Amino acid sequence: MVFSKKPLQIIIAALVAFLPLVSIANPTGDSTHVAAEVTHKAASNSHEAHGAAENLTEEQKADLERKAYIKHHLMDSHDFTLFTYGGEEHPTHVGFPLPVILWDGGLHVFLSSKFEHGEAVAESKGNYYKINHHDGLIYKTDAQGNFTEDEKGHVTNAKPLDFSITKNVFMILVVGLLLFLLFAGLGKSYKKNGSIAKGAGRFFEPIILYIRDDIAIPNIGEKHYKKYMSFLLTIFFFIWFLNMFGLTPLGVNITGNLAITASLAVITYLITTFTAKKDYWGHIFWMPGVPVPMKFILAPIELLGTIIKPFSLMIRLYANMVAGHIVLMSLIALMYTFNSPIGSPLSFFLAFVLSLLEILVALLQAYIFTMLAALYFGAAVEEHHHDEHHHEAAHH
Amino acid sequence: MEIPKIIGAGLVVIGAGIGIGKIGGSAMDAIARQPEATGKIQTAMLIAAALIEGIGFAALFAVN
Repeated sequence: MVFSKKPLQIIIAALVAFLPLVSIANPTGDSTHVAAEVTHKAASNSHEAHGAAENLTEEQKADLERKAYIKHHLMDSHDFTLFTYGGEEHPTHVGFPLPVILWDGGLHVFLSSKFEHGEAVAESKGNYYKINHHDGLIYKTDAQGNFTEDEKGHVTNAKPLDFSITKNVFMILVVGLLLFLLFAGLGKSYKKNGSIAKGAGRFFEPIILYIRDDIAIPNIGEKHYKKYMSFLLTIFFFIWFLNMFGLTPLGVNITGNLAITASLAVITYLITTFTAKKDYWGHIFWMPGVPVPMKFILAPIELLGTIIKPFSLMIRLYANMVAGHIVLMSLIALMYTFNSPIGSPLSFFLAFVLSLLEILVALLQAYIFTMLAALYFGAAVEEHHHDEHHHEAAHH
Repeated sequence: MEIPKIIGAGLVVIGAGIGIGKIGGSAMDAIARQPEATGKIQTAMLIAAALIEGIGFAALFAVN
């Protein structure tokens, strides 16, 4: 039997590309949340504009529901729902609860199943907590679970400090464990096989070598690159894996969470700052080779630049992933907007092509993050040999 | 206050789009002239595109 490799690759790519469709097309992961969100939106809209919530046409209601569903997908959640069946009347959620850890003048630990998917008030040591449908956060409420709102629609209830293992935290732990087991195992397999890659190593070795030879060494330099390699490899595979998990039917959106990209960027900033050599600070506070008045102007700009760099890292990853998810979900929502026999194949085809593109983006964003981090590290350890007789431009 | 913001963000995104388009086009030219330098050109292209993209996203953020 002769199997050509090409069709196999195409089939695998196609399967991966279909995965997000499964997650997004399955009838509303948390239909109850969405329904509540819709009524909330409708109520606040009518508040500003015209009439009561009941005046909305069927069309507008469906529109709001789709928007709410997309918004809901982008948010973190306190329980891990894989899929839901049974319709809006009697929804049955398939998934598992996650631990809720709150600090509110004392530690409150309980399982998120107490919230019954956001519908019930959870009681813990005499305090009552409820998940707000609007922003997905836990608030302290009275025994009935009532929220008070100001005129802008913001909840004014007291908010406990939330250290819960949410869906995102859970997935980060899973990916961390996966990376650890995978690469620890690969490391051992090299010893056993006499430094020859076996199995999964054949796939990962070229990637690791690429990061070393084409990202780390050219940007950081032969002399210093070794101490940054562990960070660059970790961040590359961490972001890549998280991005890929975002495309699976698990329906997670981890790298599309500002807090997570912000912490990755802060780590990069701290490493850049604390491993920086003398020349780096020299170039920030006393730029060589420019007239003295210019040095005073350049110092604050350069100092600001050190913060803007990690900030742009944060925004870039976040915005790319969020934009990808929103566009993908909107394309699938087209199916319901058209509501005709042409709509479904069209939206299916568009979503399929975009999913293929998203697989590329998942890799590309991990690459860009690693590349730019390496670039910043390179600037931090670069050694300039300033010679007053030479023109500065010759060194760059 | 809302409309000027949106128009401004739109202008920034148009600018970023033109910028990335130019980078891509120039990279194509460069690769056509020197196919052996494809790898290096692609790397430089991606970095430049990513830096510009950051500005575009920052504008979208300001609107949000």
